[in-house]
Amino acid sequence: MNIIIVGCGKVGSTLADQLSSEDNDVTVIDKDYSAVQTLSDKYDIMGIAGSGIDHNILREAGVENADLLIAVTGSDERNLLCCLIAKKAGNCQTIARVRSPEFNHQIHYIKEELGLAMIINPEYAAAQEISRILGFPSAIKIETFAKGRVEILKFRVPIGSVLNDLKISEITTKLRCGEVLVCTVERGEQVTIPDGNFIIKEKDVVSIVASPKKAKQFFKRINIQTNQVKDTIIIGGGKITFYLTDLLLSMGIDVKIIEMNRARCEKLSELLPRATVICGDGVNKELLMEEGLAKADSFVTLTDMDEENILLSLFAKSKNDNMNIITKINSIDFDEVINNLDLDSIIYPKHVTSENIVRFARAMKNSLGSNVETLHHLVDNKVEALEFCIRENAPVLNIPLEKLNLKSDLLIGCINRNGTIITPKGQDMLMLGDTVVVITTNKGLNDIKDILKD
Amino acid sequence: MNYKMIIHMLGQVSLFEAMFMILPLAVSVIYREPDGFAYLATMAACALFGLLSMRIKIKDRTIYVREGLVIVSLSWIILSIFGSLPFFISGDIPHFPDALFETASGFTTTGSSILTDVEALSKSNLFWRSFTHWIGGMGVLVFILAFLPMKAGGAGMRIMRAESPGPSVSKLVPKVKTTAMILYSIYLSLTVFQIILLLCAGTPLFDSLTLTFGSAGTGGFAIKNDSLAGYTGLQQSIVTAAMILFGINFNVYYLLLRKRASQAFRLTEVRVYLAVIAVSVLLITVNVIPMFPSFYEAFHHAAFQVASIITTTGFSTADFNAWPPLSQTILVILMFIGACAGSTGGGIKVSRIILLLKGVRKEILMTCHPRSVKKLKMDGHTVSHEVIRSINAFIIIYAVIFVVSLLIISLDSMDLVTNFTAVAATLNNIGPGLNAVGPCGNFSSFSDLSKFVLMFDMLAGRLELMPMLILFVPSTWKK
Repeated sequence: MNIIIVGCGKVGSTLADQLSSEDNDVTVIDKDYSAVQTLSDKYDIMGIAGSGIDHNILREAGVENADLLIAVTGSDERNLLCCLIAKKAGNCQTIARVRSPEFNHQIHYIKEELGLAMIINPEYAAAQEISRILGFPSAIKIETFAKGRVEILKFRVPIGSVLNDLKISEITTKLRCGEVLVCTVERGEQVTIPDGNFIIKEKDVVSIVASPKKAKQFFKRINIQTNQVKDTIIIGGGKITFYLTDLLLSMGIDVKIIEMNRARCEKLSELLPRATVICGDGVNKELLMEEGLAKADSFVTLTDMDEENILLSLFAKSKNDNMNIITKINSIDFDEVINNLDLDSIIYPKHVTSENIVRFARAMKNSLGSNVETLHHLVDNKVEALEFCIRENAPVLNIPLEKLNLKSDLLIGCINRNGTIITPKGQDMLMLGDTVVVITTNKGLNDIKDILKD
Repeated sequence: MNYKMIIHMLGQVSLFEAMFMILPLAVSVIYREPDGFAYLATMAACALFGLLSMRIKIKDRTIYVREGLVIVSLSWIILSIFGSLPFFISGDIPHFPDALFETASGFTTTGSSILTDVEALSKSNLFWRSFTHWIGGMGVLVFILAFLPMKAGGAGMRIMRAESPGPSVSKLVPKVKTTAMILYSIYLSLTVFQIILLLCAGTPLFDSLTLTFGSAGTGGFAIKNDSLAGYTGLQQSIVTAAMILFGINFNVYYLLLRKRASQAFRLTEVRVYLAVIAVSVLLITVNVIPMFPSFYEAFHHAAFQVASIITTTGFSTADFNAWPPLSQTILVILMFIGACAGSTGGGIKVSRIILLLKGVRKEILMTCHPRSVKKLKMDGHTVSHEVIRSINAFIIIYAVIFVVSLLIISLDSMDLVTNFTAVAATLNNIGPGLNAVGPCGNFSSFSDLSKFVLMFDMLAGRLELMPMLILFVPSTWKK
């Protein structure tokens, strides 16, 4: 697929990395010559220095033959205009990043009227992600498949848990819970797609596939509470806070926002009359304790400084171990170090944005002949979970799973047959019309036939 | 420094060289020459080195700029060493530094020879000697990038940039692999086209092949002692046209293929290149009219020599050593200008010269209006400061290498014109110079030390200086 990315910021470069490694022809445009140069040196893409709203530059980037244009520059208006020009010049699909809350309530109107395929608001997407975690707090991260009927839940095995030193094949019998499929285990920097003989240790980060009901049962057995949180404290009053508070209030969760800037506080309390807005420094220990940090159900750090967010979360963790803590991190360069800290959930807004866009690009490729229904990145891009639809002529049709010659590091997570979720065993077969979730460290699977060895 | 990855790439290069040697081997079979065994032995050596290096397990496949440059320069050195073995083993060039000089001169598309009697070589050696030009013209690593099934990532671009000539190498399409493939397809089609034309003009097959390899890579090894003087006017004209075409930026052909002719002909570099050729031909024609029976003859030979020198090929149809000083001076200046960036030619490159001159004009303007702000533009685009800086650095390094080489080879007590043009001819990948190294002379009278210096110049010239220089920086080799 021919893809043009306008804007070489963090999202732009993540997209360039991801999309070019998936065998797309990627061209990036940015006004900054050196940004373009660095990026085209790093990845197998073409770079053009110039303005993305210049028709000539877009033509030079091959907009006539492009399938998709993604505008992720810093300016909303620029992104929208760029998409408009591209649409007229090349009739390609367009995605714009639009982040200003001004546009938020008319986003659908803009999208329809300007003929955009997708508008992504990074802050809103991040807020959605956080609200989902708070709705089901024990799981560190949740991805849904089969229109919400299957979830992949990622959690860290607590110290002293019953899961410690347990063989995966023994989980169902020992815990007397329903079928739960362990799909990935992260230990330090290493990611494994385990088999039945794998032994889980404490502090491992485990992803499981299960229907929501079975998942609830499983978490009850391993003593992790699964109820929605009752209240939350948010540090920092930025755009994510605004969207998040709106979402949480509608879920019936009490929100307390701590923000330093007086004017911003007033604005927030005007926009969100049901939230408690506190004007004060979030990095003030006394203030935090005074506002009930020790008794809060959850704690979200959303300041602009990664270091502050990490310190605050670690402090909160030390004061109240049962609390759900979510940390926002902007920089993705040091994720290995950050993952080693005992932080519960981490949100990378840039990742959330690029993931949504990559998902769209994949879905587009899908219509060009591939079969991926949905795609999720599980362990910061190291593992992918893909949902495929089984069509006619699929080489895996009606063959027991144990007889399939599957690629290594690949696992069939679940089968959705007319709405019933099946946790697959050796004798199960894939039938026409099923959708399957495949979990793998192999990248760039495009079709269900790619799960087989060549 | 990722040594394992470097050795891995070098192994691949030597495997490809073994593959290329199938052609001279076939020639030796056709002409029933015993030299075939020299090629078999060399192929075995290449394959052994290649397969051994493939056995190294590589965990980390990252190539940074440093590794990219080192891979390129070492590849070319390895190519030259393995490539020289057949000459040495077969006994056609018994002195090893000579064999190495001849091969380095071949791969770098220089065309400077140490042979006093070219015609004494066996057919297979003559073929290999010319074929090295063709391989070196577009580059071996570009070939590997085009045909090897590997995910190059950004590393591919680094290698390609180091191997392809020009101040700012850009891709034709987003993928390195596809770009390399397109370049080689253009190169191959032009080559085949020239072979067919030469065959139609009545040239024997062996001569058409070797002449085409020589002009396609803008190399300059001929298979006759008098270079191209013995061929008919028509054959010479075909080679003239071919040389000029191979000296044009290959982007032009790509644009033509994409039916964007207007854009192709608007490229400043190509226009200036053609203009320089036209003016030089005109001046030299007028200057040499007294030496030839007719105006047409004078024009014909002037055109051939100008095309041969500016594209840095180095064929000759006439001994320009005997031409008047004006003509000689023009030819020496053309040596430095060189062909277009992104072609198979060498030299400083027309685009660099254009930008340098534009820079000079800007500087002069700045002296008159110290507060004026001016950006250099080329083909409607602003040229970034980085590019200008790298061109300035290029010229300085170029001058330093030139002076140092000149100083070392003057130990051989040849005359200044010989020494000066010998360095110019090797550093710009041309071939013949003037006086003792003129079209009728050769490089055999230099000492071994001078030969190694000139070999370095050839490689440095072909790889645009940096990759060769980085070998001498100690921090390059730190783990």
